[in-house]
This record gives sequence, C-alpha cells and structure tokens, in this order.
Amino acid sequence: MDEALLLARVQFGLNIGFHILFPSITIGLAWMLVYFRVKYERTRDPAWLDTYRLWVKVFALSFAMGVVSGVTMSFQFGTNWPGYMLAVGNVAGPLLAYEVLTAFFLEATFLGVMLFGMNRVSGRVHIASAAVVAAGTTLSAFWILALNSWMQTPAGHVVDPEGELIAGSWLQVIFNPSFPLRFAHMLLASGITAAFLVAGLSAWRLLKAREDAPALKTLAFGARIAALLVPLQIVVGDLHGLNTLEHQPAKIAAIEALWESQRGAPLVLFALVDEETGTNNYSLEVPKLASLILTHDADGEVLGLDEFGDDIPPVAPVFIAFRVMVGVGVLMLALSWGSLRSLKNPSRCLLWCFAGMTFSGWIAVLAGWLVTEIGRQPWLVSGILLTAEAAGEASGAELGASLTGYVLVYALLLLSYMVVITHLARK
Amino acid sequence: MTFDLPLVFALLMGVAILAYVVLDGYDLGVGMLMAGAERTEQELMVASIGPFWDANETWLVLGIGLLLVAFPVAHGEVLGALYLPVAAMLVGLMLRGVAFELRLKAEGWHRELWNWLFWAGSTLASFSQGLMLGRYITGFEPGLGYWLFALLVGAGVCGGYVLLGATWLVLRTEGELQAKAMGWARWGLAWVALGVALVSLATPLASETVRSRWFDFPRTLGLMVLPLATLFTGFWLWKNLGRSDWKPFAGSVAIYVLAFIGLAYSLFPYVLMDRLTIWEAAAHPSSLAFVLVGTLIVLPFIIGYTIYAYRVFGGKARAEDYGHGKYS
Repeated sequence: MDEALLLARVQFGLNIGFHILFPSITIGLAWMLVYFRVKYERTRDPAWLDTYRLWVKVFALSFAMGVVSGVTMSFQFGTNWPGYMLAVGNVAGPLLAYEVLTAFFLEATFLGVMLFGMNRVSGRVHIASAAVVAAGTTLSAFWILALNSWMQTPAGHVVDPEGELIAGSWLQVIFNPSFPLRFAHMLLASGITAAFLVAGLSAWRLLKAREDAPALKTLAFGARIAALLVPLQIVVGDLHGLNTLEHQPAKIAAIEALWESQRGAPLVLFALVDEETGTNNYSLEVPKLASLILTHDADGEVLGLDEFGDDIPPVAPVFIAFRVMVGVGVLMLALSWGSLRSLKNPSRCLLWCFAGMTFSGWIAVLAGWLVTEIGRQPWLVSGILLTAEAAGEASGAELGASLTGYVLVYALLLLSYMVVITHLARK
Repeated sequence: MTFDLPLVFALLMGVAILAYVVLDGYDLGVGMLMAGAERTEQELMVASIGPFWDANETWLVLGIGLLLVAFPVAHGEVLGALYLPVAAMLVGLMLRGVAFELRLKAEGWHRELWNWLFWAGSTLASFSQGLMLGRYITGFEPGLGYWLFALLVGAGVCGGYVLLGATWLVLRTEGELQAKAMGWARWGLAWVALGVALVSLATPLASETVRSRWFDFPRTLGLMVLPLATLFTGFWLWKNLGRSDWKPFAGSVAIYVLAFIGLAYSLFPYVLMDRLTIWEAAAHPSSLAFVLVGTLIVLPFIIGYTIYAYRVFGGKARAEDYGHGKYS
C-alpha cells in the first residue's frame, strides 16, 4: 500500500472514529432527556429538573462535538475519497442528502429551542422540541447506516447502458440485507453507551457526595437501562453475526481467525495471529464452539480464509477488535445485572466499578466499527469498489500536514470534553 | 413535463450556499468581533447567536451535500484542489463550535483560552472560506498572482462577515453594545466596499471568462445595474445606521445577495471554472430525481421551522438565555 493511501485511510479512520464517539452518546441520551423532561413535567420534582439540566449540558457538548466532526466528514468524502463518489455517487449521494434534509436541520434547529427556549415556550412545546431532537438523531443514524450497510452488502443497484451504477430500487438499496440488524445493533449500542455514561458520571458524583438524591436516581436509571439493553444487544449481535456469515463470510473467517475451512471448527478465545504464515500461535480454543455458534450444529462447516484467496481483510486487527468488543460486553452484562439488587444503597466498590465503566461504551463501539470496517477490506463497497481505487490525489505532504493538524485538534477536543463532563458531574 | 435537472440543482445549491454565507456569516462575524468587546458584552454577543449557530452551519453541509449528490465529479475535483484551505476551515469551524460550548462550562484561564479559540476559530474559518472562493473563481490556477488574489478575497470575506455580524448585533442588542456595533458596522462596510471594489477589478484581470462576460457591449450597460445597486445599498445601509435596528442588517444581506448574483453570473454554467459545466458534471437523472422529490417535500418544512425558531428567539438578546453553564 502506498504512503498517501495509507495516510488517507488513517486520516479518514481517525476522523470517523472520533465522530462516532459523539453520536453514540447523543442518540441514546436524547431519548433519556425526553424521559427526564417528561418526568419533571409530570411530578414537578426539582430533582428531575436538576437531572435534566445537568444532562442537557452533557448532551449539548456531545452534540456540538458530533456536528463539527460530522461537517469535517462531509468534506473528507470529497478530499480523501473522490473515487468513491465517482463510482457509487448515484447511490451514496442521495442517501447522504436525505440525511441532511430530513435529520440535520431538524436536530440543529430544535436543539436551539431545547437548549435556550425553556422560558420562552410552553412545557409541552419544550418537550416536543426535545422529542424532535431525539427523533432527528435516530433518523440521522437511519440514513447513514443505510449507506454503510449498502457498502457492506450492496443490493438494489443496476448498471445502466452507459455503464453507470445507479439505484434500481431505492427500497432495496436502503433496506439491504445487513441494514435492519446493523441499525438495531447501533441504536442499542448508543443506548448502552449513554446508559453507562449516565450511571458512571452519577457514580463519580456519589463518590464525592454520598447523599445526592438526583445522582442516586440516575445511577439506578442508567444501570437498569443497561441491564435491559445489554442482553438484547447480545441477541441482536448474534443475529448480525449470522447475517454477516451469510453475506460476508470472509469477515467472519477473519473474526474467528479461521485459516482453513473445517467441520466442527473450534472457537479461538485468544491467540497471537501470524498473518505471514497464516497460523495462530499460543491459541486457546474451545472445540467445535465456532461451528455451534455460527451454524447451530457442532459439526457444521465454517468457511476459512483459504476460500477467499487474496480477497481477505487484515486478520489480526479484526480478530482482536472483535474480542475487545465482546469482552467489554461481558463486563457490561456482569456489572449491570450484578448491581441490580444494590442500587438503592450502592457500596463504594460498586460506585468505583460504574465510575470505571463510564466510557466503556466508547471502547465497545469503536471496536465494533473496527471489526465491521476493517473486515470489509480490501473493498470500500463490497465487490464493487476497492478502497485503493477511491483514493484521491492529495500528496503525502498535504495529507501529513493536515493529519497533524487534525490529530492535535482532536486530542485537545477529546481531552477537554472528558475533563469538562467529568467536572460537570462532580460539581 | 421535463426538468433541466442539473440546472435545478445548480439553483438549489446556489440557494443553500447563499443561505449558509448569510446565516453562518453573521455568527462567524460576531465571533470575530468578540476580540473588540468587553467581558459582559461578550456574553450578550454569544447569547444572540446561541440558538442558531448549529442550524446555520447545517446549510454548509447541505450546500456541500448537494454538490456531492448533483455534481459528484466536481465534488471530488473541487475539494481535492482546495485540500489545504478546506482543512484549515474545518479546523476553524471545529475549534469555534466546541469553544462555544466549552467557554460556558470553563472557569478562570480556561475560559479565557476558549474565548480566544472561539475568536481564532471564527477568523480562521472565515478567512479560509474567502481563500477557497478566490481559488475557485480562478479555476485553481497555480502562480503567485492567483494566490495573492485568493488572499485578497479571503480578507474581503472576513470584512463581509464582520459587517453581517455587526449589523446582526445592531438588530439584536441595545444600549452601549448596540452603539459599539454601529461603529463596527461602519468599519465593516468600509472594508467591504474596498474589498468588493478590489475584487471586482481583479476578477476580470484574473479570469478571461469573467472579463468577456462583463465587458461585452452593449450587455455591459445592462449589467451595470448590479454594481450600481450594490453601491446604492451600501449608502442606504450607512445612512440607516443609528436610525433603524433592522435596516442595516437587511442592507448587508442585500449586498450579499447582489454580490452572489454577480458571482453566479460570472461562473455560470461552469461548476468547475472553464473546465466542467453543470451538465457535464451532473449525476445520473435517476439520483437527481430521487433527491429532488425529497427536497421539494422537506425544504418548505425546514424553512417553516427555521422561521419558527427565529420567532421564538425574536427581540433583543438576553444574557440570561445563555448564562454561566445554566441552560434555562
């Protein structure tokens, strides 16, 4: 891979990775804010108002981070991947346009009313604004995941007589095979990320002020939402995996680091993957489990990487990222279920656990996206466009200079963000 | 009935970009003017743009989105050629957007730092946009002269945003700050007048296409309506500073609209100056039609609720709308 392509990928990956952190909070948190706001309207309990006011600040900051990194992305499609739009612009462009038209304006405009309008509009209108913002964030996820899923499992497109790729059926393009599960997977991921953020920051607050009533409420709220959503996510995740097995078997083979097709394939829990020789060293395996999970038959055949020739993704990053995602998920399940009985009077140990897991959703979300995006390589759009074909002509020097700028700005912003919201919660 | 779809989209994209320039222009301008204001005034200034800046910036995404959807070839070419100014603008927009939120929550020297970054980000973004425009008009020609021209346009756009920002403050504030804003508006107007004059003279020199468009008698006589109207609007604006709250802002918006029409006339039908027309660069009709249907349905709603939001926050800005970390 040449240097400019690598830099273009690193830059875009960095930006998109930075960006996804914030929607993964705001999609879930927006609906929680609607709940807090409605609770206050119904009960007139000032604790709910305080809760709403605290979390709306976290939301506003997260939303702003999402907007600015999202604007950057809309430009980087052109600056980093001009070949992408040339090849599949007729499909990708309209989906992006619909996201802007139906979601971005809605969110941004009613966010103004939600943040600054509480004294200017009636309670009902204010709640409605919060709900519209939440619906906007979800709608935005709908369109962008439709596009991403189409890139993973393209459907509904045709090639016209002049050789241009166009949409044959927009319904099939949007509801392509991997879309419904990916959308559900991402929405749940956002709910869980926000739940652990709420529970975690509340735990920080309780560690400082033991008797803080709103924080006790939100800790229990976050933990219960997590206890509800994490098992659901495991089910959806499993279905999503089976869907991937059907449509992108090479990705599954990379996830399992399964170099050769076999019946009764073992589940590799851990191994040092050696891509040069195509082997796993020091591997810890459970016999037949991969076949059981993937084919629901202990002796079922699972396709290995050898079936796909050179058409395979880098194995080690996919293999590791998947284990990180699942590992974090297991921790989340254990903590959310383990804590259910002691939320009324949490021990300091439990509070520290939640505090430590404040940003755990981020780790799982990033790991999950790494699996799905690296797992699609070497394709940008499966079977249609190679990543290398889409890169632009920006020189290594230009990319290097702008990459340095982005890295510095992102590091500054991320650090400030984390310091500020932790500080907000402890005040 | 058949539509000339590329033309329709060129028009829509133009409207989106004009809306962006005017809307985000005033809040970028207010950001640049922060440097000249006292602490208490700064609070009012940010309060006056608080509910709007997010939505304002969305018009940029729409404009770029339409370029991407309707003219994918040009999207790649234009953004590729503008790689560094675009990166600089994005860094500026990121810094100011986040600084806007963080300055509320920070204290002490942190707050000063974010205030400064809000100003610096606004300035960097404005200047970069001018630079992009300057490079774009000349078709990304290499050479020192063309770059100097782009720098000139960069400075001009900053002046234009300062004018928009200052007249916005005249509209949205009162008392001492309003008086101060009138002073800024006069400076901004002078700056814009100089900028528009220089750019108008330099553009025909920098681009032959533009020269032949404008200096072609007797068409030139008809075209003189544009500069004359701009001149008249400028005088009208100057005269109304201190007499009316809203007329100066209306005047600066009018100047933008006129300048935009002039620019559109210079460029049309190129989406990439001298190289690619809108028809050559257009995406497949099936894609354009699909997006057009959505746009025609959704755009009236967007305009409707945008007007609603401006009505909710009508009248003079109040500091308590955006106080120290307390959304109310």
